[in-house]
Amino acid sequence: MNYFLTEEQQMLRDLTSQIAEEKIVPVRAELDEKEEFPHEIMKVLAQSDIFGIFIPEEYGGLGMGSFELCLAVEELSKACLGVSTTYAANALGTYPILLFGSEEQKRKYLPDIAAGKRLVAFALTEANAGSDAAGVQTTATKDGDHYILNGTKQWITNGGEADIYTVIAMTDRSKGPRGASAFIVEKGTPGFSFGKKEKKMGIRASVTSELIFDNCRIPRENLLGREGMGFIVAMKTLDQSRVGVGAQGLGVAQGAIDEAIKFAKQRVQFGKPIISFQAIQHMLADMATQVEASRALVYAVARHIDSGAKDFSKVSAMAKVFATDTAMRVTTDAVQVMGGSGYMREYPVEKMMRDAKILQIYEGTNQIQRNVIGQALIKEAAGRENDS
Amino acid sequence: MRIVVDVELCTGCETCVSSCPYDAIVMKDDKAFINEYCQLCRACLEVCPEGAIKETGTAAAVEDSAERDSYRGVWVFAEQRDGRVADVALELLGAGRRLADARGTGLSAVLFGAGGPEAEKLVHWGADRVYHAEDPIFERFNDEPYVELLSRLIREHRPEIVLTGATPIGRSFFPRVAARVRTGLTADCTSLEIDPETGNLLQVRPAFGGNIMATILCPARRPQMATVRPRVMKRGEYDEARTGEILKISAEGISSRTTVTETVKEVSETMVNLQEADVIVAGGRGLGRPEGFEMLEELAGLLGGAVGASRAAVDEEWIPYSHQVGQTGKTVCPKIYIACGISGAVQHLVGMQSSDIIIAINKNPDAPIFDVANYAIVGDVYEVVPAIIKRLKEVKGG
Amino acid sequence: MKIVVCIKQVPDTAEVRINPETNTLIRDGVPSIINPYDLHAIEAGLHLKESLGGSVTVLTMGPPQAEGALREAVSIGADEAVLLTDRAFAGSDTLATAYTLSSAVRTMGFDIILCGKQAIDGDTAQVGPEMAEFLDIPHVAYVGKFEDISREGLRVRRLMEDGYDIVETPIPVLLTVVRELNQPRLPSLKGKMRAKKAEIKKLSLADIGADGERVGLAGSPTQVKNIFAPEARKDRKTLAGTPEEQAARLIEELRGLKCI
Repeated sequence: MNYFLTEEQQMLRDLTSQIAEEKIVPVRAELDEKEEFPHEIMKVLAQSDIFGIFIPEEYGGLGMGSFELCLAVEELSKACLGVSTTYAANALGTYPILLFGSEEQKRKYLPDIAAGKRLVAFALTEANAGSDAAGVQTTATKDGDHYILNGTKQWITNGGEADIYTVIAMTDRSKGPRGASAFIVEKGTPGFSFGKKEKKMGIRASVTSELIFDNCRIPRENLLGREGMGFIVAMKTLDQSRVGVGAQGLGVAQGAIDEAIKFAKQRVQFGKPIISFQAIQHMLADMATQVEASRALVYAVARHIDSGAKDFSKVSAMAKVFATDTAMRVTTDAVQVMGGSGYMREYPVEKMMRDAKILQIYEGTNQIQRNVIGQALIKEAAGRENDS
Repeated sequence: MRIVVDVELCTGCETCVSSCPYDAIVMKDDKAFINEYCQLCRACLEVCPEGAIKETGTAAAVEDSAERDSYRGVWVFAEQRDGRVADVALELLGAGRRLADARGTGLSAVLFGAGGPEAEKLVHWGADRVYHAEDPIFERFNDEPYVELLSRLIREHRPEIVLTGATPIGRSFFPRVAARVRTGLTADCTSLEIDPETGNLLQVRPAFGGNIMATILCPARRPQMATVRPRVMKRGEYDEARTGEILKISAEGISSRTTVTETVKEVSETMVNLQEADVIVAGGRGLGRPEGFEMLEELAGLLGGAVGASRAAVDEEWIPYSHQVGQTGKTVCPKIYIACGISGAVQHLVGMQSSDIIIAINKNPDAPIFDVANYAIVGDVYEVVPAIIKRLKEVKGG
Repeated sequence: MKIVVCIKQVPDTAEVRINPETNTLIRDGVPSIINPYDLHAIEAGLHLKESLGGSVTVLTMGPPQAEGALREAVSIGADEAVLLTDRAFAGSDTLATAYTLSSAVRTMGFDIILCGKQAIDGDTAQVGPEMAEFLDIPHVAYVGKFEDISREGLRVRRLMEDGYDIVETPIPVLLTVVRELNQPRLPSLKGKMRAKKAEIKKLSLADIGADGERVGLAGSPTQVKNIFAPEARKDRKTLAGTPEEQAARLIEELRGLKCI
């Protein structure tokens, strides 16, 4: 379908697709098998300017937006969700600086991020703060010109590999959610270390680790925004990035369909390629229809965000829910179309199915997304009642 | 057409240097030298007080047939490494003998470096005459001394055909020689014949990525130069009693701007295995995925053979380049060659078609590989190869 | 350091087939690509520039549509692109091509010239060394590694049949490179945007001051007499049946020949 991409958007899509085909597809199974971080691929993405897509030109980026980021994430996700998670988590960690950073902070960090020289991670989740982000227990205590961080973050994507971390910690626990603040912490800061590396079901090329802060002193200028803004920083960041998770779903689902069709054309049973059977055609038709609907929604939401919209929590949650639930269904069906072969590691779809599951869980479970949508609906209805 | 300086007549007066509008005349060893900037404007011809600058019909300028036909004889440049003549030179002497007989002319070999016994060996293998230059400068291969001396010899003795092996050495310096004597060069020939009507050399080589064969001619210029792949020509007869003339050639005044400081032998096992194996099981694009080679390895193991690959499979990075068979890989001639999922681009065929028995397994009954096969099996490699493996195990077990 | 990389736009020969009835090439729908070895030459050029400073100019000879290959090279990182195009160049064999390219390079100026080992449509590996001869500079073929890079000269690994040589060469020099030398980088997004707008300098026969008699068909000593598909084997046996039957027959045949 024609989504009216500009010439530059088309170039971006072609380039990320080329990277995916030439650099990711040949190694994805091995990265998955060995649970290996894709260092080489990150270098290629850096060299190709892909890290700079959404960063303004004055900081060395390409000054593009959410939509272009989604195009890139979609193409990378077609090949490997582990790689695209690594890439997307970098964007997630960068948004707090982009949205709330001071001019000085932006000048200090964004050019290196745009060039792919330094990788970023976003650290909100803790043992007792998952869906309930207000449960954050990591503290940041002011000490003169410094803050002292204490606590443990868990399940942090890019943990250990990233050079820059945007961390949410409590500066005033008595204020509850309003007592949280956001900080930039650089790798190598004394008192900042990494705990265990998780063993995951899927997205195994991405790394997920614990961050441990033990009297970690960071300078006051590493505070993002003002004290107490921590949750606003986190929520705005997640609003912004959610549509990207939708794009991941879109990509992995498309990748699975492509594999399923390729297989169904070759596989002969009862003397015919199985794609000639209606049972298979109908499955593929449903899969493709759902993915196209996801694409239309994800693209529309990304363009809505880029148009300068103020509040897009609801629609970005919709894009995430729809596209990732679709991804789970479509990758599962792709395995079904391919039967026994689909279940074997020799073919890529079983990995796609394992990988897709995380999309319904991370960056706000799809249940939480539905809460967000539901609350927005209530708010909108109340607004209409007030108007009338 | 070419402008040259007769160094015997040149007095080094430098009058010509400033006459050249293209800065094509420089002084070399106190003599005028016309380099490749020369645009053949002839401005220098009249200014030389000694009449040392001449318009000449050297190789490139042979436009009339009498001049062209004054070139006589077939030459084989015999490559040596570490003082030993390469096998391809012996193969070329076999081919050269045939060509020389067809032209009713003599066969000469040219050898740079190596010792007297190696020059004699060339006679025993069929050369009537050997031009042999023994000089330390040829101990290790550098292009420029080879180019300079061979070009000198060609200009002096005017052979009509000059051949060498399509090896890294031949493919590196022969083009420079052809450029210097301004004649055509045909690379990687797989067959050489004399056209009985015109007497021209018919040079057959794979073209267009090896999808087709082409016959190349060099009708107007002499010599006709060609490189020939190792292992495609048959050696001549070795005859200890054969005698020939060995001419010692001086390499005086020859220098090189490049220097080889070190020579490292590094023959990978697969290369040796491939070229010495009695059985090769090779895979191509039809395997569809790298894991297919594990199956081929099992089959090769059962047959005591090695694993080869087509360029397509190497390009897909399913298997390292050292396994590649074909025009840009190794030329092999095992007793049995089993091509699995290889379509059979000529590029591949030229590297394996001299195998004694070729077995082709391919899904597509029209695949060109079947054209060279003794045994054609139309089917899915993933069904046929396991069946062969199973059967072989049964046969061996029983 | 002025680095010139000679590239060639070629049909993806993996896709080319021959029509066995007419003995003509089927090129319909075959994509044009940068000769794969030349991508390694471009990478080598960028690498040398990163070490020695200077600029990388890509040069190609071909019809106007060869501009596509040059733009792709710019998107990968080349600073300038030059297209040698003139009807007079048509029909050039390797000697005429090398003469034309060397004439162009001489007018452009150069320190290091890089070529891919060979082009996949011709596989002759002749143009590089012939250019070096016309320019009267040394060349090193089959370069598989840079051992040392300096402004005065290069020390490189030249791949041979049975190993490699370490070769030292002064600059100016021409190198032909093989796959082992490097991993070519992909285009960058900024490069792609730049390539779209980049000016492609066009040079004709008159611009390079070359002799019209030495270019194109007139300047080409070799001629293609004919092309043909390889002949089929006459004694071929087709082994039919199920995979198991095929396997059994094959092994029976091979045993009959005492091959196993």
